[in-house]
Amino acid sequence: MAIPDDIKVMDVDVLVIGGGTAGPMAAVTAKEKNPDASVMLLEKANVKRSGAISMGMDGLNNAVVPGHSTPEDYVKEITIANDGILLQKGVMAYAQRSYSMIQKLDKWGVYFQKDETGEFDMKKVHHLGTYVLPMPEGHNVKKILYRRLRRHRVKVENRYQAIRLLKDEAGVVSGCIALGTRDAEVIVVRAKAVIMCSGAAGRIGLPASGYLFGTYENPSNCGDGHSMAYHVGAELTGLECYQINPLLKDYNGPACAYVTGPLGGYTANAKGDRFIECDYWSGQMMMEFYNELQGGNGPVFLKLDHLAEETIQEIEHVLHTNERPSRGRFHDGRGTDYRTKMVEMHISEIGFCAGHSASGVWINEKGETSVPGLYGAGDMASIPHSYMLGAFVYGEICGENAVEFARERDVPKLDEDYIIAERDRILAPLKRTDGIPPSQFEYKVRRLVNDYLQPPKVSKKMDIGLARIRAMENDIPYLYARDPHELLRANEAQHIFDCAQMAAVASLYRQESRWGLYHNYVDHPETDNENWFCHVQLFKGENDNMTCRKREVEPYVVELDDEEKNAYQQLRVQAG
Amino acid sequence: MPTASQISMVPVVVDDDKCIADKGCRTCIDVCPLDVLWINEETGKAHMKYDECWYCMPCEADCPTDAVTVNIPYLLS
Ligand SMILES: Cc1cc2nc3c(=O)[nH]c(=O)nc-3n(C[C@H](O)[C@H](O)[C@H](O)COP(=O)(O)OP(=O)(O)OC[C@H]3O[C@@H](n4cnc5c(N)ncnc54)[C@H](O)[C@@H]3O)c2cc1C
Ligand code: SF4
Ligand code: SF4
Repeated sequence: MAIPDDIKVMDVDVLVIGGGTAGPMAAVTAKEKNPDASVMLLEKANVKRSGAISMGMDGLNNAVVPGHSTPEDYVKEITIANDGILLQKGVMAYAQRSYSMIQKLDKWGVYFQKDETGEFDMKKVHHLGTYVLPMPEGHNVKKILYRRLRRHRVKVENRYQAIRLLKDEAGVVSGCIALGTRDAEVIVVRAKAVIMCSGAAGRIGLPASGYLFGTYENPSNCGDGHSMAYHVGAELTGLECYQINPLLKDYNGPACAYVTGPLGGYTANAKGDRFIECDYWSGQMMMEFYNELQGGNGPVFLKLDHLAEETIQEIEHVLHTNERPSRGRFHDGRGTDYRTKMVEMHISEIGFCAGHSASGVWINEKGETSVPGLYGAGDMASIPHSYMLGAFVYGEICGENAVEFARERDVPKLDEDYIIAERDRILAPLKRTDGIPPSQFEYKVRRLVNDYLQPPKVSKKMDIGLARIRAMENDIPYLYARDPHELLRANEAQHIFDCAQMAAVASLYRQESRWGLYHNYVDHPETDNENWFCHVQLFKGENDNMTCRKREVEPYVVELDDEEKNAYQQLRVQAG
Repeated sequence: MPTASQISMVPVVVDDDKCIADKGCRTCIDVCPLDVLWINEETGKAHMKYDECWYCMPCEADCPTDAVTVNIPYLLS
């Protein structure tokens, strides 16, 4: 069977999906490594302003800079913050390239704060080491990346949502099928290697405000990549290690420890007292946060009202003009002034994100997923606590390796039957004349996630939640879209539906508690290193059943002593 | 399965007098990460068609005539 005329087929050597942070770096690197290769960057929005750093960034949360820390120190810190479950080699590969990546970005024109002597002005926020590098003028990152994309003649396709990955008979990934978000055009991009950089799954849970798009993550990152990887047969990992962040109540922006911490701000309870030693985001820190929020001393606040006028102005300048600039407007509307009032905080909805936590599509230190030809970088992959710089570094690593993989490969053969069936499935909601609007379907899944899957996790609740979410499979044939935009949302909603099930299945599988609040499992309250010192891998098993298995933690490259291992367990400020 | 339409107060407002979409400008529509700004068929100017906003502000920052104002969505404000 041939591919019908209404499906445009494009051919490239390397396809990058997602043009936020990791994606542009991956595409540019692939081109630098092999200028003859054709490289396409496919983006659901527009690469000029897409992803987590759409307006800029306040700073690097994890810079490993000589003189301040070593890659070994950093690997230790993240090992401890992640309760020992990680691919240390993967974190080490990041740490070793961290400084050269900062130098590269600095040379490209990204502005990092420097001290009087011209050295990077590093700040301590983590529990043990010094890794934060402020970028008070960090608005221009996207512009700089865009210039590089143009210079290297990367082919950019904006406003396409990648929906399913394709593979050839040998099981090697060979491109993707995507949907035009403004015209409902279905396209196939055939590629010899694919790098996924589609960001976190930030639309699984419902923000407390009830506004579907009031999420911490850029809502364009809804878990498409997680779902695509799952359906093509890749393994995901650590999905029970949710991302949950301490944020401004209702606004859902960072509060933010990394900006205000070095200037003297801190997280306080209703009495104005500090209750955690260290504001660096970890599951253990979130557990203390949650306890304080629920206890008699709550709610929790960001305390700045003790700071000098000058310092407050500096904080306002960064927080109200840089990465989330509408924050000033939010405060104005509420009559909140940092000088006179503490700012109420809350915890975010759940999500999957390696950038902040450790959940995502499994990759190794070369950026390879478990499916040949498929690479992953940034928030959707699995290198823990990788943040913006980790997205850049793994974008670079994947760009280098994917372009080499593509060099060795012939143009793959397409599976026409699968493509036609997918086209029909993807477009179906647009062909109906009535039915369930995507927003209602999405709201329902996300509300069930909040009711049944948020920690504290309880077996019985998660069983009910999973059953109710699965029952919504019957609603999919009734999804109804009036226009291409609603069709985009209908397809997103189905990926959110997949991710919600993954959250339940992985959480039920790991029968212990770990990572503080992230996997606080009431039926199994203790950490059980004997049985559960391992990764939990999730994949499509026999009969298409969502299945989990244990994966051993590989031998460490940096050993820890016993005292270090417990450093993140003692975050509560001791009384007296 | 019959459907009904509900109205919703949208956070992003375009000043029609300042907007030069009739001269071909599409900047805010181009940059919006959630693709919620479209041309209003009646006025020929940009407007918020879908109430799905991350209040991230590229639309306001990049508009050449300062026609766009991003407010905090009502449910959050
Ligand atoms: C509000 C906020 C503040 C942060 N602050 C800091 C900070 O101060 N310091 C720090 O180091 N880190 C910070 N981070 C984390 C950091 O920004 C991220 O870890 C990093 O940018 C992730 O890069 P990424 O490439 O994985 O994802 P993104 O940059 O989000 O890019 C993902 C891209 O994929 C696209 N996409 C999604 N699905 C599809 C699809 N189906 N088809 C095509 N394209 C698709 C999206 O539109 C998006 O452009 C912050 C994150 C957020 C959300
Ligand atoms: S960017 Fe400004 S001028 Fe251009 S279409 Fe949008 S509102 Fe109108
Ligand atoms: S604030 Fe952001 S999401 Fe809202 S309309 Fe403007 S660009 Fe789009």
